[in-house]
Amino acid sequence: MSLDLLRDKAGESRVVRRRLLVAGIAVLLLMGLLAGRIAMLQVAGYQHYASLSQENRVRIAPAEPTRGLIYDRDGRLLAENVPAFRLTVIPEQVEDMDALLTGLQEIVELSATDIERFRDLRERQRRFQEIPLKLRLSESEVARLAVNRHRFPGVEVKAHLTRFYPYGAIGSHAIGYVGRISEQELRQVDASQYRGSSVIGKSGVERFYEERLHGEMGLVRLETNALGRTLRTLERDPPVPGEDLHLTLDIELQRVAETALGEHSGAVVAIDPRDGAVLALASQPGFDPNLFVTGITLEDFRGLQSQPGTPMFNRALRGRYPPGSVIKPFLGLAAAAHGTVDPDEEFQCNGLYRLPNVSRPWRDWKRGGHGEIDLTQAIAQSCDIYFYDLAYEMGIDAMHEWMTGFGFGRPSGIDLPGELTGVMPSREWKRTNRGEPWYHGETVNTGIGQGYMLATPVQLAASTAMLANAGRPVRPHLVAATEAPGEDSASRLAPAEPLVAPVTLQNPALWEEAIGGMAEVMHGRRGTARAVAEDMPYRMAGKTGTAQVFGLAPDEEYDEDEIPRELRDHALFIAFAPVGAPRIAVAVIAEHGGSGSGTAAPIARQVIDAWLLEQGELPDVAADVGER
Amino acid sequence: MWLPTSANGESSGGGGAAGLGLVQRRLHLDATLLGMLLLLSTVGLVVLYSAFGESLVQVERQLIRLAIAFAVMVVLAQFPPLVYRRWAPWVYAASLALLVAVLVAGELGGGARRWLDLGVVRFQPSEFMKIALPLLVAWLLADRELPPGFGRTMLALLLIALPVGLIAVQPDLGTSILVAAAGGSVLFLAGLRWRIMAGLLALLAAAAPMLWYFGMQGYQRQRVLTFLDPERDPLGAGYNIIQSKIAIGSGGLYGKGWLNGTQAHLDFIPERHTDFVFAVLAEEFGFIGVLLVLALYFAVVARGLWIAHHAQDSFGRLLAGGLALTFFVYFFVNIGMVSGLLPVVGLPLPLISFGGSSLVTLLAAFGILMSIHTHRRLWSS
Repeated sequence: MSLDLLRDKAGESRVVRRRLLVAGIAVLLLMGLLAGRIAMLQVAGYQHYASLSQENRVRIAPAEPTRGLIYDRDGRLLAENVPAFRLTVIPEQVEDMDALLTGLQEIVELSATDIERFRDLRERQRRFQEIPLKLRLSESEVARLAVNRHRFPGVEVKAHLTRFYPYGAIGSHAIGYVGRISEQELRQVDASQYRGSSVIGKSGVERFYEERLHGEMGLVRLETNALGRTLRTLERDPPVPGEDLHLTLDIELQRVAETALGEHSGAVVAIDPRDGAVLALASQPGFDPNLFVTGITLEDFRGLQSQPGTPMFNRALRGRYPPGSVIKPFLGLAAAAHGTVDPDEEFQCNGLYRLPNVSRPWRDWKRGGHGEIDLTQAIAQSCDIYFYDLAYEMGIDAMHEWMTGFGFGRPSGIDLPGELTGVMPSREWKRTNRGEPWYHGETVNTGIGQGYMLATPVQLAASTAMLANAGRPVRPHLVAATEAPGEDSASRLAPAEPLVAPVTLQNPALWEEAIGGMAEVMHGRRGTARAVAEDMPYRMAGKTGTAQVFGLAPDEEYDEDEIPRELRDHALFIAFAPVGAPRIAVAVIAEHGGSGSGTAAPIARQVIDAWLLEQGELPDVAADVGER
Repeated sequence: MWLPTSANGESSGGGGAAGLGLVQRRLHLDATLLGMLLLLSTVGLVVLYSAFGESLVQVERQLIRLAIAFAVMVVLAQFPPLVYRRWAPWVYAASLALLVAVLVAGELGGGARRWLDLGVVRFQPSEFMKIALPLLVAWLLADRELPPGFGRTMLALLLIALPVGLIAVQPDLGTSILVAAAGGSVLFLAGLRWRIMAGLLALLAAAAPMLWYFGMQGYQRQRVLTFLDPERDPLGAGYNIIQSKIAIGSGGLYGKGWLNGTQAHLDFIPERHTDFVFAVLAEEFGFIGVLLVLALYFAVVARGLWIAHHAQDSFGRLLAGGLALTFFVYFFVNIGMVSGLLPVVGLPLPLISFGGSSLVTLLAAFGILMSIHTHRRLWSS
């Protein structure tokens, strides 16, 4: 502080005080500038801005478009819009809000969520704006409110179009459902189109075709008074309703498929092999899509989550299973075309298969073996040894190339969101995914659809259709046609290109070998599914399969003793019919169903019977066959 | 040592009445300033009630924030200026460290990194700088003879530039302008040479194109362009300015009356309870109302400058003057941007806009101002 004594404090004070004066004058001048600016707007510009303000009294409000309807192939409504009643409150007209809510609770069931949302909205909105309290009232609630109307001034019951799925859980995994728009979804769509909308497609067709179903937002010009209350509607720019969708799905066949699966969790996919039209797409267990429409309650959602079998999981699209023996017709065909095997050559099966330099033998499912068999019989009797040897001789590289050609390890390209891709392993696949080289033993396992190989039901159905078509691929699809609002007729959607190229063989007769083997599965003396084909009025080609692994990653140890009974053996079955002029191709997976012939094949037969016999498809077919 | 002594030679305005003198001596508050601040806060509550569409819930919320902020002011007024002087460098160093922490570990909000989350509280360290910087510059310059020499001036400029730069890159243009004003005004009051000021202005002008191309975010450039020609984006960025000008202009001389502002109520004014609250005020109370509020604001600044003038040492003079001028820049920039005089930079209208964190800093500054005023005589005795 010694310096302090030498300082010219008076001089310093003069410096600062002079500057304070300068600052004060600057402040005064700038204040004048502000006042002048405001005067310019409020005094000089008053007329101009007052008239602009008058124009501003017109307020623009969004108008929600009506969502397009969804029909099945016979014109049955699968998703419609029904008026549902909402309970709304105008706070301005309510004297004692707490008393009102207590009073209403005697008549209407109000959840804690309802009341919380109401209070939240009430803080943010104007007193004269109506605020929804409950989104869906039951009929008795509407009636009770009507009787008690005089007790609740400011309370109104308003009709509002709400999505409704008349078939409930049937077909829910294909049709999907709508639900409240989330912040994240709003960022992915054209948000300006959703200003008036409260719901958006969440899964299935509802989500995949969201843009077509939604329509275009309209505008309403409203004249408002000084307090913002609407006086009258000046002009309407009506919303454009969404397009209606006509599905290829047959809801009755869908019901048959789901009923046939019964208590099994699993999937059934049925497509028309001629064009890839999906006739049924079942995934069990299912869920009631109506629960989601006005926002699923926490209670309901927990209920769904805690149910065994994950009902929200679409097994048809996202379930990845080892295909097991159902790949044998494809692989046999490939090996014959590749020149690895001669289809007519007799092969000796004694029940054991050994690789050179490997001490542990591979066993056949049938103790003692099948004896002398050719390709057709190897398919019909599902001889494992035949295919172990075939795979080893053919090698993983050729197998990968041919099986990929049939669609294995590739997406089917179906018009539903979230399809997963199966796995058709190769040396390169293993190197990138496992960081290991390929071993001969793995080639042998791949020969019977085990090991790393995985397939989804929808992809299996598409591959089966390709076999039925003698190599012509189809792309599975659920929407056949769309109908724009105001138009009388629906316009067909141009079918999307298949993701797989056609397979052409130098010797087309080989198709008959594979298909013949599959027909033997059903109709042959020793076919694995001959019991299922009893009294069948048409000829069917099928193949049974059993998947030995569930829930185990391919690199995990498989220890049968440690795996509970209910986690063993998925039953698989693929089929198409009638042989010669196929109208339906089916893939069935029944989780923990045991054997393919015992569980999965009967399910497929019920579906095919329903389609060919009850739906009256067979007579046409007979005529077709007759013409040939 | 700091016990209030009996009033002798009471020279301050507003100290005439015995009751007011008591407020000043016992509570270390400046009754004149307190009265004006309370009046402005009341105007704020009245306007907010209208801006919120007659919802009391939000007004109550603001009332609680005001109570907290005024309490902070009362507490800070109790410490004598010497305490502030002693702590100035430490407060600055801590605030600067927090600013760096924000850039490293701050919470992202709306694309900007401004918040620090300490689990219990979330706060904006840039708020501290509004007070820490004038404290530091006043401490630095008052330590030696005034006006400061070249070296000391440069040191002060560097210490100002550091936090201003750190806040500008968050990015928070509004706060960085306020912080720059807080530091700069202290430097100006200390007698910064006019020649250096001219040089700085020239440097700034030269740096502007560089800033445009390298320093500004896309949305900031957009704001400047929109400011120059609001009609270029009438539904986007220009919408705010166009609508707020309509609201102000249509208020006319007498205004549309309280709760009758159509623009504000019809949702035409965005952010009508925060940055654009002045448009609601101007629409409903007209030019007469605006002039009254402007007069109140001016009175607060004038009282602050008057306190600075009567402060008893250079530190007090510089700090009080700096805080008063910062307050001026605060409302000048806000009203300037809402009326289309300045580009939109995102600053609330002090004491009237809805919001909490800046309210506390604002009244904390007035607490320090009052401390400088009410502890005067202790120094001279």
